[in-house]
Amino acid sequence: MTASATLIVLMAVLYAVGITVMLERSLTRVLIGFMLVGNATNLLILLVSGPSGTAPIVTGTSADEAMADPVPQVLMLTAIVINFGITAFVLALIYRSWWLAQLGDQGDVVPDQHTGETEATTEAPFDAVDLDDAALQKILADSDEHPYEPGRGLEENR
Amino acid sequence: MSALVPLLVLLPLLGAAGALVLGAYRRAQVLVSTLTLTAVTVLSAILLVHVDRHGPVVVDVGGWDAPFGIVLVADRLAMIMVLIAALMLLGVLLFAAGQGIADGDRETPVSIFHPTYLVLAAGLFVAFIAGDLFNLYVGFEMLLSASYVLLTLAGTGARIRAGVTYIIVSLTSSIIFLASIAFIYAATGTVTMALIAERVRDLPADVQLILCISLLVAFCIKAAVFPMSFWLPDSYPTAPAPVTAVFAGLLTKVGVYAIIRTDTVMFTDVNIDIPLMVIALLTLIIGILGALAQADIKRLLSFTLVSHIGYMIFGIAIGSQAALAATIFYIVHHIIVQTTLFLATGLVERVGGTTSINRVGGILKASPFVSVLFFLGAMNLGGIPPFSGFLGKFALFDAGVTLGSPLSYLLIAAGAATSLLTLYALARVWNMVFWRPRGDVEGYSSPLLDSLKENPDDSGGTVRTKSVPRLMLAATTGMVVLTVCLTVFAGPLFNLASRTAADFDSPTTYVDAVFPEASP
Repeated sequence: MTASATLIVLMAVLYAVGITVMLERSLTRVLIGFMLVGNATNLLILLVSGPSGTAPIVTGTSADEAMADPVPQVLMLTAIVINFGITAFVLALIYRSWWLAQLGDQGDVVPDQHTGETEATTEAPFDAVDLDDAALQKILADSDEHPYEPGRGLEENR
Repeated sequence: MSALVPLLVLLPLLGAAGALVLGAYRRAQVLVSTLTLTAVTVLSAILLVHVDRHGPVVVDVGGWDAPFGIVLVADRLAMIMVLIAALMLLGVLLFAAGQGIADGDRETPVSIFHPTYLVLAAGLFVAFIAGDLFNLYVGFEMLLSASYVLLTLAGTGARIRAGVTYIIVSLTSSIIFLASIAFIYAATGTVTMALIAERVRDLPADVQLILCISLLVAFCIKAAVFPMSFWLPDSYPTAPAPVTAVFAGLLTKVGVYAIIRTDTVMFTDVNIDIPLMVIALLTLIIGILGALAQADIKRLLSFTLVSHIGYMIFGIAIGSQAALAATIFYIVHHIIVQTTLFLATGLVERVGGTTSINRVGGILKASPFVSVLFFLGAMNLGGIPPFSGFLGKFALFDAGVTLGSPLSYLLIAAGAATSLLTLYALARVWNMVFWRPRGDVEGYSSPLLDSLKENPDDSGGTVRTKSVPRLMLAATTGMVVLTVCLTVFAGPLFNLASRTAADFDSPTTYVDAVFPEASP
């Protein structure tokens, strides 16, 4: 089996960097680490398919020597889609966890800002993230609690 | 018959779509989910009977034959797991429906619960009937993605914290699993399990060992085998009671199921019995020691869950036909009993307002029926004769004695000790929570409670107690009846487990089913 040395080195670097970043405390970095490791694994799957070749199956003829192995490519595509979905979910989780960290214990209690609204009372169906932040800052300003220490909480939680 | 196999996965997915569309109508959602899972239960029962009589059913999805296309293999083991999983999912669904109808608050099932729950079911069934390794991976990912959502349902602080640990650990195990698949493809040029089984034998012994271990590491994380079990007691108990029950009963067992497939179908020549036994020993002892220190019943049960995985790993490590039969019987017993106990604990929480044994008492007087339900489950888990927990352990120890190595005697001793300590922990729960009068709880002191650790997320005090709806009670009662049936019908069930284990006696049964004409 032959494989491209560039890809192998790239894979090794991605694994190394990804695992290092995953060990950080910040959730966002963990996610970035996961994405790097995930891509390294996709490269690994690509590598095991052997040397590069012509597009498989398209010709309609039976397999020949020049054809690339299609199976790992299919596996890789599936893995990419799965990683994509999980990444989206973890991003939502990070946002939620940041929201809770901003509000401390109030996070569970503060109602969703749209509670009680109906379609008639809202003009814009969606709010920008800035409005969320503004609402958070307002709640924080109104309360006498300051759950994050200056210079620590906000940046670290991001 | 082969048309029925894909339905096991299709029905829950269609049900999930239906439940999603019906998001605004809670009762319609409950109806769709219940009908779907009932249909799957009936289907899997029919298939189990068929498979038991006529041998495995193999379906080539899309009409492509085995090495090129995706195969679904419904053999005895897969169908037993699917049937039990479907029964558990149905029971817990009814419990959750009862709870949702009674409370309707944001802590308990919201409209996303039913679709996600059915996707979880579909993922479980895919994992059980997958004929190739990559499909197994897809099944795992389906059920894990659904479990992420279920675990962080309603997004409260405690659940997000628990969810983060759980998700990162699961992601790591998935990556290891995917990398192992890449290695195995590189070595054998296939992901079909039956073909891997054939080709792996031609590889050098050390390559086989590395492939096998990399797969086992991924599965051991999912099955919560020591030392990869640390995540479980921190993440499971924070979820809503029905979700915890399903996770505890089924998710770790998928890992165990995958370990059985790895060890008995794919890597039959790799001999890692002794390391597996050592791991089983540590899982048993360390898990149960963790359970002894917990004041929170849900955390206590999570630790016993980790501990009892050790029994199954022990059975797989012995590897004889009798041991495998005992393991399969034990898996069935453990899925049902553990789920039931978590449901019963959910009822105790409603009656008593908390699950900390330091702060609750008098449940026996407040609700004798709930007490009986918990008692039956607890005695079963503790392995009191004549319950199925005792029968499963007895069969396992019997197989261990037949093997007769010093390590296996050590494991039998550890297994017996674990069983007794489980009984001790549960008897303490019984004494404090059920027997102790409610008035005695304030200022109660006993050496039994001195060294207990509270749940770190517990803020103390009791929440307001809630009524126990009939549907929740009925669902839990149904599950308890099932555990009793497990004991009453232990004979036929054990014969079925023995026939299942016989399938693995020679690895060719599985391979021949997938490649009917190609076998040499």
